[in-house]
Amino acid sequence: MTTTSSWTPVCRLADIVPDSGVCALLDGRQIAVFRVRDAAGEHLFALDNRDPFTGAMVLSRGLVGDKSGTLFVASPLLKQRFDLRTGACLDDAAVRVATYGVRLQGERIEIAA
Amino acid sequence: MITQRNLVVVGNGMVGHRFAERLVAAGLHQGWNVTMVGEERRAAYDRVHLSSVFGGTPPEALSLLATPAWYQDHGIALVLGDAVAAIDRGRRVATTASGRELPYDALVLATGSYPFVPPVPGKDGPGCLVYRTLDDLDAIRTAAAGARTGVVIGGGLLGLECANALRQLGLATQVVEFAPRLMAVQVDDAGGAILRQKIAALGVGVHLNKNTTAIVRRADGSIEKLTFADKSELPCDLVVFSAGIRPRDQLARACGLAVGERGGVVVDERCVTADPAILAIGEVACWQGRTYGLVAPGYHMAQVAADTLAGAAEPASITGFDLSTKLKLMGVDVGSFGDAFAATPGAQVVAYSDTAGEVYRKLVLSPDRKRLLGGVLVGDTSSYGALHQAMLNAVTMPASPEALILPATGGKPAGLGVDSLPDGAGICSCHNVSKGAIAKAIADGKLTEVGQIKSCTKAGTGCGSCVPLLKDILKGELKKAGVELSNHLCEHFRHSRQELYHLVRVHGLRTFDALLERHGRGRGCEVCRPAVASILASCWNEHVLEPAHLPLQDSNDRFLANIQRDGTYSVVPRVPGGEITPDQLIVLGQVAKKFGLYCKITGGQRVDLFGARVEQLPLVWDELIAAGFESGHAYGKALRTVKSCVGSSWCRFGVQDSVGLAIRLENRYKGLRSPHKLKSAVSGCARECAEAQGKDFGIIATDKGYNLHVCGNGGMRPQHAVLLAADLTEEQVVRYTDRFLMFYIRTADRLERTATWFNRLEGGIDYLRQVVVEDSLGIAAELEAEMAHIVATYQDEWRTVCEDPARRARFRSFVNSTDPDPSVVMVPERGQVRPASAAERSTLQPVEA
Repeated sequence: MTTTSSWTPVCRLADIVPDSGVCALLDGRQIAVFRVRDAAGEHLFALDNRDPFTGAMVLSRGLVGDKSGTLFVASPLLKQRFDLRTGACLDDAAVRVATYGVRLQGERIEIAA
Repeated sequence: MITQRNLVVVGNGMVGHRFAERLVAAGLHQGWNVTMVGEERRAAYDRVHLSSVFGGTPPEALSLLATPAWYQDHGIALVLGDAVAAIDRGRRVATTASGRELPYDALVLATGSYPFVPPVPGKDGPGCLVYRTLDDLDAIRTAAAGARTGVVIGGGLLGLECANALRQLGLATQVVEFAPRLMAVQVDDAGGAILRQKIAALGVGVHLNKNTTAIVRRADGSIEKLTFADKSELPCDLVVFSAGIRPRDQLARACGLAVGERGGVVVDERCVTADPAILAIGEVACWQGRTYGLVAPGYHMAQVAADTLAGAAEPASITGFDLSTKLKLMGVDVGSFGDAFAATPGAQVVAYSDTAGEVYRKLVLSPDRKRLLGGVLVGDTSSYGALHQAMLNAVTMPASPEALILPATGGKPAGLGVDSLPDGAGICSCHNVSKGAIAKAIADGKLTEVGQIKSCTKAGTGCGSCVPLLKDILKGELKKAGVELSNHLCEHFRHSRQELYHLVRVHGLRTFDALLERHGRGRGCEVCRPAVASILASCWNEHVLEPAHLPLQDSNDRFLANIQRDGTYSVVPRVPGGEITPDQLIVLGQVAKKFGLYCKITGGQRVDLFGARVEQLPLVWDELIAAGFESGHAYGKALRTVKSCVGSSWCRFGVQDSVGLAIRLENRYKGLRSPHKLKSAVSGCARECAEAQGKDFGIIATDKGYNLHVCGNGGMRPQHAVLLAADLTEEQVVRYTDRFLMFYIRTADRLERTATWFNRLEGGIDYLRQVVVEDSLGIAAELEAEMAHIVATYQDEWRTVCEDPARRARFRSFVNSTDPDPSVVMVPERGQVRPASAAERSTLQPVEA
């Protein structure tokens, strides 16, 4: 678990359209940040922006949705889906992308990376 | 040494051509010098659908692919416009009317038949015609120009076809039949009565029990009236004889070959005549005392003759013919199979007749009622395929066979399950495909659609009558395999796309959330979100990047550009009709240079600029918009391009301004979102340089206007477009295209191209024509209004983005930095750039963009 000292503000909540993502640049690292609603309310998620199937930095531009309640983002290139909470690929058990801590401080979104 | 033998085929009709195809399939065209002599000016065409020429089908569309080029490609010498006049069996030489001498080692007679004209006084002279060839059609058309009423003598299958042709030429049409009913060979009295009722309702006069005694002419030779043995009369201007056909066996008679009692060259079960060097096939051949006037027996004989010549190890032979028929005459469905008249001793009959509903069904059963021997269907032939197969395969009848023809509560009879058929049952007789072969194709190819079965097995691509059976087989096989067939869009909506479209329209739903709340569950997914986004855009045409719509858009629509393998985008500005000014070309080059973009000319007559990063897209578009460009929607399931040839403005062959129409159409439909992408083209003449017949809708100029073709496709599964309507004005083209596109948008599945949609459409082109041209569903005005809304609310999506700071702000690589994406690396290739491969990234330095 990360310590509070490593939280970095990246944008305001309003910078992300509900049910979509953006990409933040942190020390040369690309992190996809998502703002997604479900029945329980609104959630923030942070994943590595790299699509492991193509090597392209695109996951932040994928469509979000749910598979039987599991929130996911689908790669815009070849449509593999990744669990937003765990980073696990829903279409290939051997593949997983890194996840990061993310929180809302007032109107600011902060990432722990 | 290989000796080439000579094969002469006399006749280039449907059966002659099928024989040539079978020759080629067996490789025989390589061992033989094949010469084919056809008397008509045209190579073989589809005579069965002759009357469709008056319904708008161009004569070329009747082609059986029997182009002279096909013959040339296979080394077959095709002689057209000449006829074999004599056969010297001693010298084995055939001589043509023009004096050609054709020596043969084997000769095949495929001369077909000629229309029988009864010896009625007055039959010779102007206004009396026959109906068999395209030339006959021309003559009928010419004669009809000065006529108001036309009479067809003969109420059989061909006579009714011919009556339809006269009707389509605008003549008041009457049918005169000697027998007490129409289609006396196929249909019984009760069925004939319903048939008569339906045909009379179309405005065609039907006169039965009429023995024509004379055609009375005026002093100038023109026809005044017909007189009949019962002293009645019928005034008319034109008479077409369709009183049966006779085999053209004169050549055989002249060279002393045995002919049947009622004509026809006598053949054995291998199609060989009394002379072992001469074979006969098709309507001219007489097997076991009779000739066969249907194309299916002719096609079978073509195969038998090819096998005989090839010395095939397991040759096909004639064992008897199934003369069952299913057809649509003037929109009336008629089917007749097996022992339709219950001639079998002890045969049992069950029949259902509904004169108000204009439906008649009859089954002829074996004396123990366990087997189906035959039947007659009028007005509804949907059960024809299943019943016909049940007869052929001796399927045991249920305890109450009448349930097969009585209307169930749903209006249609229960019918026979396709499950009752054995694997060997021939489902598609046109292409000889069995139920087992179809089941295997479904299992092997994991097929889930009838369209796929058609392309894999060819079943259903001939006359199409087995398509309902294909559906049933597919359903059964998928059920067996445990595959659940559901048309639900995804787990979030228990509705098909068509149903969702309807719900959005009827309830005026404007957002995904509103639809999800009322008719769905969960949060949606990568399947339903873009599908609903497309439906919303097709209905309401709001900007796709409105905050409510943005999370629905797939990456291409989300960034209004086409994502590439490295995460960069390509940009395709609209170039309506492919017409572009030199200044615009220069701007494209300048923009590409400025942003370091790779340039490629597309198949749709535009320029694609590759390699733009997200944050560059608005900057690229600022410059393109300033030069007058608009979004080309290359990223959307939307209208792409309307391609054109240069047309009559420049081309010496062009007959209309194809560029002008293409620009008009492209500007009308630009921005239209649809279930899948839409492509179009306009050709300025029949040479078809714009390839309009490979498009979702394609227009080909004629000297009278435009022909509108629809549902063509290139790509993975090429499919020729079908003619929807001919010789239209520009306004008609627009009106029918409006209706066609909106009808497609209403009813297609998600990501279903028009060609696939068309293949699924029950009733095919006739149905589509009824809906779009004749407005049979009464929805044309609605469809036009919906399209008018789309046209009126068009906006250039890119201009809206560029002019709105909030939307513009969404186009950046990083939410917290203006840096370009460092992961994008280009390398040089052939004077431009391309994305670096993974290996290159680690070793190469990026080039200056």
